[in-house]
Amino acid sequence: MTISPDLDRRFRDAAATLGLIDVGYDVVESPIGDLLVAASDRGLATISFDPDPGERLEQLARIAGPRVLRSPRTVDVARRELDEYFAGRRRAFDLTLDLRELPAFTISVLDELVRVPYGETTTYGALAQRVGLPRAARAVGTVMNRNRIPIVLPCHRVVGSTGDLTGYAGGLDRKVKLLELEGAR
Amino acid sequence: MMQAVAIPPFERFYEEHRVEVLRLLRRRLGVDRADDAFQETFLRALRAYGRLDHGEHLRAWVLTIAQNVALDVLRRARPTSELVEVAADDTPPAYADLAELTDGLGPKERAAVVLRYGYDLSYEQIASALGSSPDAARQATSTGVRRIRRRITS
Repeated sequence: MTISPDLDRRFRDAAATLGLIDVGYDVVESPIGDLLVAASDRGLATISFDPDPGERLEQLARIAGPRVLRSPRTVDVARRELDEYFAGRRRAFDLTLDLRELPAFTISVLDELVRVPYGETTTYGALAQRVGLPRAARAVGTVMNRNRIPIVLPCHRVVGSTGDLTGYAGGLDRKVKLLELEGAR
Repeated sequence: MMQAVAIPPFERFYEEHRVEVLRLLRRRLGVDRADDAFQETFLRALRAYGRLDHGEHLRAWVLTIAQNVALDVLRRARPTSELVEVAADDTPPAYADLAELTDGLGPKERAAVVLRYGYDLSYEQIASALGSSPDAARQATSTGVRRIRRRITS
């Protein structure tokens, strides 16, 4: 015996509508591969390049609470904005973000990161300078590497001081594609 | 001291138990009424899930919630006098161990006694399963035990 997709969907929608979910997630299709997108009542919590939830469910539970449920409805707004972005019709995101549990330094770096305009790049060193810690380029790199909400927090716009792409948690191919989409390459 | 079993993310809990819950509800209510009861069962579980202390006995817990949802549906559909009989005639899996002893108790008392002594749940958890307060759960348990004692000794 199995649960019909309709019954399953009805429960998941009702759970979201009644506000009973700590974090909802779903898979969002994109030109750079399927993304696992998760949102809480505070806002977008994660975007992952690996669509398989796996251990991520436990991670999300630790951040926001144990009521973690796959629920298309909870990520509808994020899905729409991501679709527009990938279609070239959106240059900035209007999503609120759930940055719970992040250290103050990380948040100050992300605050500056989000100001890097669409279609432009900056360097780890320049970002460090803007946070007021010019010698912290490496630490800024670590923050980029651990970025929970890539694409929306545009760590793909941060490159090495010589102009090479250095690295990307989602793989360099994806970084190149995102920069090409924005016309930065 | 034993380490408490971690509470799994709800998605895992739901995936693990949904088929058994639907099966139980179909047995109790028939296919037509089972779908709404299925949704109600997991919504009740979701409401209480954030207040659980640990992840033990989750199967017994959710099956008890399902039993109570089924009882509520039957209660709405049938006159009250038939209720106890309905509950006592059809012994559900979670009740099996204490079935004989708790036979004849009202459904809430029976569930409370079985969850407390059969599954070692806290009054907080029992309250979640029954949709009542911990005090009411404690009350139902002790009333149940008193009735059983009176019957055994009489």
